[in-house]
Amino acid sequence: MHRIQFAFTITYHYLFPQLTMGLALLIVILKTIALRTGNEHWEQAARFWGRIFGINFVFGVVTGIPMEFEFGTNWAQFARVSGGVIGQPLAMEGVFSFFLESAFLGLFLYGEKLLSKTLHWLSAVLVFFGSWLSGYFIIVTDAWMQHPVAYQINAQHQFEITSFTALLLNPWALLQYMHNMCGAVITGAFVMAATGAFYLLEKRFVDYARIYIKVGVLVGLLASIAIIFPTGDLHGKYLAKNQPATMAAMEGQFHTEKGAGIVLMGQPNEDTGQIDNPIVVNDVLSFLIYGTTKAEVKGLDQFPHDQWPTTLPLLFYAYHIMAGLGTWFVLLMAAAAFLLWRKTLERSNWVLWALLLSFPLPYIANTAGWMTAEIGRQPWLVYGLMRTQQGFSNTVSSSNTLFTLLGFMGLYSLLSILFIVLIYREIDQGPATRHTPAAAVAAD
Amino acid sequence: MQILWFWLVAVMIAAYVVFDGLDLGVGVLHLFLAHNEQERHILTRSIGPIWDGNEVWLLAGGGTLYFAFPWLYASAFSGFYLPLMIVLWLLMLRGISLELRNHLNLGVWRSLLDGIFGFSSILLTIFFGAALANVIRGVPLQADGYFFLPLWTNWQPGLHPGILDWYTVIGGLVAFVALTLHGALWLTIKTTGILEQRARRIVTPVLGVLALLTIVSLLATIRVQPSSLANYLAYPITFLLPAGVVASLGGIWFFNRVASPVRAFLCSCLYLVLMLVGACWGLFPTLLPATTGAGRSITLSAAISGSYTLHVGLIWWAVGMALAAAYFTFVYWMFRGKLKAEVSFH
Repeated sequence: MHRIQFAFTITYHYLFPQLTMGLALLIVILKTIALRTGNEHWEQAARFWGRIFGINFVFGVVTGIPMEFEFGTNWAQFARVSGGVIGQPLAMEGVFSFFLESAFLGLFLYGEKLLSKTLHWLSAVLVFFGSWLSGYFIIVTDAWMQHPVAYQINAQHQFEITSFTALLLNPWALLQYMHNMCGAVITGAFVMAATGAFYLLEKRFVDYARIYIKVGVLVGLLASIAIIFPTGDLHGKYLAKNQPATMAAMEGQFHTEKGAGIVLMGQPNEDTGQIDNPIVVNDVLSFLIYGTTKAEVKGLDQFPHDQWPTTLPLLFYAYHIMAGLGTWFVLLMAAAAFLLWRKTLERSNWVLWALLLSFPLPYIANTAGWMTAEIGRQPWLVYGLMRTQQGFSNTVSSSNTLFTLLGFMGLYSLLSILFIVLIYREIDQGPATRHTPAAAVAAD
Repeated sequence: MQILWFWLVAVMIAAYVVFDGLDLGVGVLHLFLAHNEQERHILTRSIGPIWDGNEVWLLAGGGTLYFAFPWLYASAFSGFYLPLMIVLWLLMLRGISLELRNHLNLGVWRSLLDGIFGFSSILLTIFFGAALANVIRGVPLQADGYFFLPLWTNWQPGLHPGILDWYTVIGGLVAFVALTLHGALWLTIKTTGILEQRARRIVTPVLGVLALLTIVSLLATIRVQPSSLANYLAYPITFLLPAGVVASLGGIWFFNRVASPVRAFLCSCLYLVLMLVGACWGLFPTLLPATTGAGRSITLSAAISGSYTLHVGLIWWAVGMALAAAYFTFVYWMFRGKLKAEVSFH
């Protein structure tokens, strides 16, 4: 029950920061071009995304507050032993990123009239920096649970760090961070491109639509490629080395074999230990992990059953959804970029529709990616050291958790409706005219 | 090192109360002080660019508590599970309603959002006060260092109290009134004209209630947790803390009377800080007293993280806090001065 509550609240929460982090970069790009060219058009284009960013940010903040608390409320036993290690990056996130982000977002949204152009650009950059830094601290936290480094266990059976720099520079964290941030940029780029496509299809705000399409497609293409190669590739190889059971479960590799093939589709069957109805490409898995088609890939049969990831089919599907969508992103963005180069994208309604309708897909892919990482870690809370059953709050009964879970579900349904209405209104009103919400505050 | 971290966490909590307290207070007051949409708009504008940063102190404080005192964090957060979840929901509702009121232009729905914003602000101040009172009173810690509190039992602070009993309700009321006053003083700085007058007018009566409640709460604390006097008796000079509380209340009255709003507001900050420091000093070196016998109390030396963790932590904490202080100074400076009665932009 604690797992479900945490999983639900964090999954919902992460719908917002991925756009925050992606858009933060894109806004900096827009603002930089505006600053360099002095073109008011780009300035206005950035302002529009600033408004969207503001709404999205608030939802991210309010849904993020529970996350900081739930380590204690739902995972008390874990919190008690792990505070000395992962409490560190979590506290640093608050101290270094949130203050930075919130302070300069306030300035960015409310202070355009008060600041010079360069300072306003700088506050956008600092918001970007803060949000990406925040992402890093969270990844460091997760990476330590995935791949514990630089720790010892003290007399009270608590984890203690032995090297602060080793904790922050956990190789797992670096790989996961690059992979994750590409995912966030993809979300941002798809949302921007989809908005551009929407305007082009509606033949409104066409000047702005061109900007959004151009930036969204180009950034989206780069990020879609980078998320597969090199970041996904490196991350996968590291995973295969350090969490071989997870890798085997993700790929549905029940048996150890040389020259292992990759399962493109199928249904893992835990009882019979095989993939039902598979579509397999021979030798590819061995090649992807070890760089040679003949390498031996460990199967799940190498590991005792109680160390297999629980809910194995879910892990398998989540991973395959992520990988499948990742492929689609490259194809779509490459096609759009090609048409953009040929200057025919605006007339290619099919591609515009595809761009428009694809904007939810990065959310799904990012969620599936995180599910892959976190379900793959099971049955461990801290990989190899602490099992998930040992971590929860044993004073909080499961009916209490069920009650609050239902509360969260209700509240989040309401939030979702509000969010969709608000974002739709902003997009519908468009970037062109209207107030700058901030300008109203004047101080003397 | 341990003692240092005790006070560093206390400082972060105090910073949270002083900063977020002002926007909670404005949240409470906007229900009563603003009579039309334009006035309400000005009141919410006075906290628009800053409330989010103020709330970060809660997150940063929670994170720091987690890493410096993991046992306390684990025990307290799971034990206070139900009220914390309610606090989380209130914080969400409050943040969303405040932010959205200026986006949604839907007539009657805006009044609903304002209502939610005010109502959640009121409840939050009460919950925060009650939370502090719970920590002072103590909780029924079991032998394994955990506990679980129901929302209320028989309203008596005995062996098995609830979150709410007569003592913690007093604590909640103190916080409610003190933060309302804090918000009113903030508004006397930020507003002009009729709004400023209204804010100034309510200061004196609210202050009277607060003075009364403060005395009641101090007496109640001595009765419920007699050991809280021990530190004061051991170091009589620290009786300056309660003396300072009284002095700062007097300062609020005086500076409000002579229309020196910034000084009055600073006195209110001082009041909040001294109340908190006074409570911490009464507890020290206990972090969470047990109603089930002093031997089970969570103490500083038992709950603290390892020394390497704390040493490294001190370095980045100092750097981070210096940066945060710089941002806060910069932002409050940029948005200084009174809000002009502006042209509506809708």
